[in-house]
Amino acid sequence: MAEPSTRRMGFFTDTTVCIGCKACEVACKEWNDVPDDGFVFRATSYDNTGALGADTWRHVAFIETGDRWLMSSDVCKHCTNAACLDVCPTGALFRTEFDTVVVQADVCNGCGYCVPACPYGVIDRRERDGRAFKCTMCYDRQLGGLEPACAKACPTQSIQFGPLDELRVRAQERVERLHAEGNTDARLYGDSPDDGVGGAGAFFLLQDEPEAYGLPPDPVVTTKDLPQMWRWAGGAALAMTGAVAACFLRRR
Amino acid sequence: MPRRRDEEMVPEAEFRSYYGQRVIKAPIWHEPHMPVYLYLGGVSGAASTMAAAGRFTGRPRLEMAARGAAFAGGTLGAAFLVAELGRPERFLNMLRVFKPTSPMSVGSWTLAAQGGLTAVSLGSAVTGVLPLAGDAATLVSGVTGPVMATYTAVLLADTAVPAWHEARRELPFLFAGSALASAAAAVMVATPRAQAGPIRALAAVGAVTEVLAGAVMERRLGLVGEPYRQGRAGRLMKASRVLTLGGGVLATVAGRSRALTALSAAALTAGALCTRFGVLAAGRASAADPKYTVVPQRARLDAAGPASG
Repeated sequence: MAEPSTRRMGFFTDTTVCIGCKACEVACKEWNDVPDDGFVFRATSYDNTGALGADTWRHVAFIETGDRWLMSSDVCKHCTNAACLDVCPTGALFRTEFDTVVVQADVCNGCGYCVPACPYGVIDRRERDGRAFKCTMCYDRQLGGLEPACAKACPTQSIQFGPLDELRVRAQERVERLHAEGNTDARLYGDSPDDGVGGAGAFFLLQDEPEAYGLPPDPVVTTKDLPQMWRWAGGAALAMTGAVAACFLRRR
Repeated sequence: MPRRRDEEMVPEAEFRSYYGQRVIKAPIWHEPHMPVYLYLGGVSGAASTMAAAGRFTGRPRLEMAARGAAFAGGTLGAAFLVAELGRPERFLNMLRVFKPTSPMSVGSWTLAAQGGLTAVSLGSAVTGVLPLAGDAATLVSGVTGPVMATYTAVLLADTAVPAWHEARRELPFLFAGSALASAAAAVMVATPRAQAGPIRALAAVGAVTEVLAGAVMERRLGLVGEPYRQGRAGRLMKASRVLTLGGGVLATVAGRSRALTALSAAALTAGALCTRFGVLAAGRASAADPKYTVVPQRARLDAAGPASG
């Protein structure tokens, strides 16, 4: 990648080759100056990071069951229809020329609305700072024609970065090959433009149900129902006005 | 992977999760800021509608009390809202764009309009300056008021929190009823008996609407509505129902008694606050348990086709 591209860029995380080294977590923190996320010994698995948040932009999940270990590096999905971006009242969240979703730290006023809006529980407010933070897909590196730090650091190419349409083709081929090899658990997650968020800019090849990895099985962007919500609120507002008018006129 | 079967009223809760961790983030809004803002916004919105109605029907004392409540609710509410921000000094960034896709953006502009209008309305009434402008502001705030009282329902429903998003039909009515009851409570105590008839009626109408909308919501939501019935949220919602209904009944029978009117107003106010705190607590509980996120989504996928997922 010499020239910065203006095609839609994305991540394809192939969890079948993830070795759980957490180099992505470290590289992300180093490059983006992300503070520590607490030094917690969770005693559930080799995962002592826990979950994505304001101070965790890559999170390696460890699912240690019986005869197999599943590892998966989770990240912001950079949704086609992004709830965080839709609900942000200040315009701090915006869509970049790479079709990624980024918070402008100099605009965010820490209202916190994006936090419960995200169907994946990715974005969070850094309480000691007051603003919301999440993965930028290394917007600054992309502007310089570089790949994001996590993809650069990944030693097994579990994290692949590139134009989204190319990644989707590559992922389809990969899952078909795995099926042919007898790995029928392999499945793509977030690759379909027909899903509830219009397709994720960061999608995954998983080997179990999404919820086993802490991912929502069928996420839907909340603003999809917004026109319906305003209709019901409008009905309630009219009913309220009607009730006031009726009570005042009746007792005139 | 940890599997879990919950023995509860609602059957079918077997689902998979990542060590029982939540899938979505819980709302980070603080107590008391956020629920108190919901309450104050409701008071302001409903009170400004009452002020406009009082103006039209010639009830000057009632109108004056309602103008005061509308202004106080809007201004105090805005203060709580600013204090809630992670970067309060940047509160004006709310007004750098208008985004119809963001209920908080719509709400910020509504609150700004409501605050300005009710300030002009009350200022004119208190000082006697520019009475026409004061009346015009009162009438326009009669239009922004109902928006002010109900947009907060959309604010909560437009999130990934299951107990809020799935309640998108009932929440506006719950909040409109709560707003009517709590504004009526505030205006009632400052209005002489001779003019307070419509306010007492509205207190009862609001109380009944609030309780009915809550009951319908909990019944319709099934599993997703569980957080409204359990734990701290459950206790708050139950308390709200008792206080609101009691206050509503008392408002209609208080007669000339100042003490009973004050008691009714106190019960309605406490009930409305319990509703607002209860809805926030239910939203947090709903986000904290992966069950409410995973089970309905998995059911949706399974209904669409066994191979998906």
